[in-house]
Amino acid sequence: MIVAEQKSLEEIRRMIAPYPRVLILGCGTCMTVCNAGGESEVSFLHNSLRLAEVRSGDGIHTFTEHTVKRQCDPEFLETLSEKTIDVDVILSLGCGIGVQAIAEYLGDIPVLPGVNTSFMGMTKESGVWDERCAACGECRLEDTGGICPITRCTKGILNGPCAGSKNGKCEANKDVDCAWILIYKRLERLQQLDKMRRYYSPRNFRAIPRPRRILSKVEIATGESDG
Amino acid sequence: MANSLFEEKLNSGEFIVTTEVGPPKSVDVSEVVHHIKLLKDKVDAINITDHQSSVMRFPSIGGCLLVKELGGEPILQMTCRDRNRLALQAELLLAYSRDIKNVLCLTGDSVDVGDHKEAKPVFDLDSVQLIKMIRTLESGTDMGGNELGAAPKFCIGATVHPEADFIEPQLIKFDKKVNAGAQFLQTQGIFELASLRRFMQYASQFNIKILAGLIVLSSAGMARYMNNNVPGIIISQAIIDEMASVEKGKGLQKGIEIATRMIKTIKEENLCHGVHIMAVGNESIVPDILEAAELVSTPG
Repeated sequence: MIVAEQKSLEEIRRMIAPYPRVLILGCGTCMTVCNAGGESEVSFLHNSLRLAEVRSGDGIHTFTEHTVKRQCDPEFLETLSEKTIDVDVILSLGCGIGVQAIAEYLGDIPVLPGVNTSFMGMTKESGVWDERCAACGECRLEDTGGICPITRCTKGILNGPCAGSKNGKCEANKDVDCAWILIYKRLERLQQLDKMRRYYSPRNFRAIPRPRRILSKVEIATGESDG
Repeated sequence: MANSLFEEKLNSGEFIVTTEVGPPKSVDVSEVVHHIKLLKDKVDAINITDHQSSVMRFPSIGGCLLVKELGGEPILQMTCRDRNRLALQAELLLAYSRDIKNVLCLTGDSVDVGDHKEAKPVFDLDSVQLIKMIRTLESGTDMGGNELGAAPKFCIGATVHPEADFIEPQLIKFDKKVNAGAQFLQTQGIFELASLRRFMQYASQFNIKILAGLIVLSSAGMARYMNNNVPGIIISQAIIDEMASVEKGKGLQKGIEIATRMIKTIKEENLCHGVHIMAVGNESIVPDILEAAELVSTPG
């Protein structure tokens, strides 16, 4: 899933300052799971903004709130038109994709990002998320024991560890495991160290040219697929 | 035929001595020039570091040009941290055209340990891929498969870390560097000769010249600082204790003594093919070490 962190109240207040009527728009999928912008975060942010306005004594804002199932999918945005009739701005608590999808869907209303989209990751434990995929478009997890060097090595290098790790930790951050030591240990356990001994050529940064687009409609509809 | 004076020396079978000079964060290069003049006739080649520890400085290629101007033999240190494949290839063309023909291929320290922590880390290539890329240029094409008007020819080096606390993955990478075409290796700083002996038992099966890296310490505090802050450096407690045993102000002298002792043993026991002396900021004491270790080099 996509993981994000809500922006500071201060930054959000600065962004909404010119717009009196604000719709705080949550997202019911990834942002709900990572506690950055689901229904309860929308409600909490609404209260925090109101409280801040009262405290500062210069409040001009009125707030409304709404959460859609997925901001990144037009199918779930049909209810939005009626929610935005008396609104000057949308403060989206969707990820960067959600913000842009809303902006594309509603041409006339400004959309502000309420979260900083951070990475694609997994839940490590309650309240802890770890990055696991960089969406490079050329998955090599087969060769690396299911551990991604592009995401988990700070340098994203492909032919083994640099010389900077100590006690199995990364030179860039002593709290982070060296990805290549994890890969070595895992491949050793799987008796696949030959995979680490291979030479891997430089990455192809055009594996999917930016901005990336995947077309699968035709294949699904007609059964035509090259596998 | 050898490509460079340094390659000729590598092939001669004689004991090899290299050292490094770190360029300044300045446009005043007078100190570097002073160090190059001091060292150029006493060692076989001088490495010029490439934004060492990810700290922005005068560039390696600039330092190498100074070495050439002053009649010395440079080794261009090239990391993959700051340049993509276009910039790396272009700089190699520049280097060759200016008769800079020795290249040390490094992945490069993380941007996070340096003084521009918010910079974009590049790492388009890694050290093994950089070696391969140079061999590709030599074959007459660039990485895009396009023909070069004229091809360069380099003497290629790389690094290895015999004192890594988990050596097996480092040895796999060492193999890859040798297979990619590295001709010489300068090791990371070694503080225990036992680890060098162990490493050489492994490395001697390969046709590659190994120069033992020696960092000249100047105090016990510096040793502890390096242990905590310099990627990969592991200085043993015995060495730290030895550094701490001398009175204040005598640390550098002790560091010189330790380095000299190690060089003498390496040479006497014929442990490897040479040494690479890293004086980190105290370049002017390198001649003292060479004299104390009875190493008088005769660059071709």
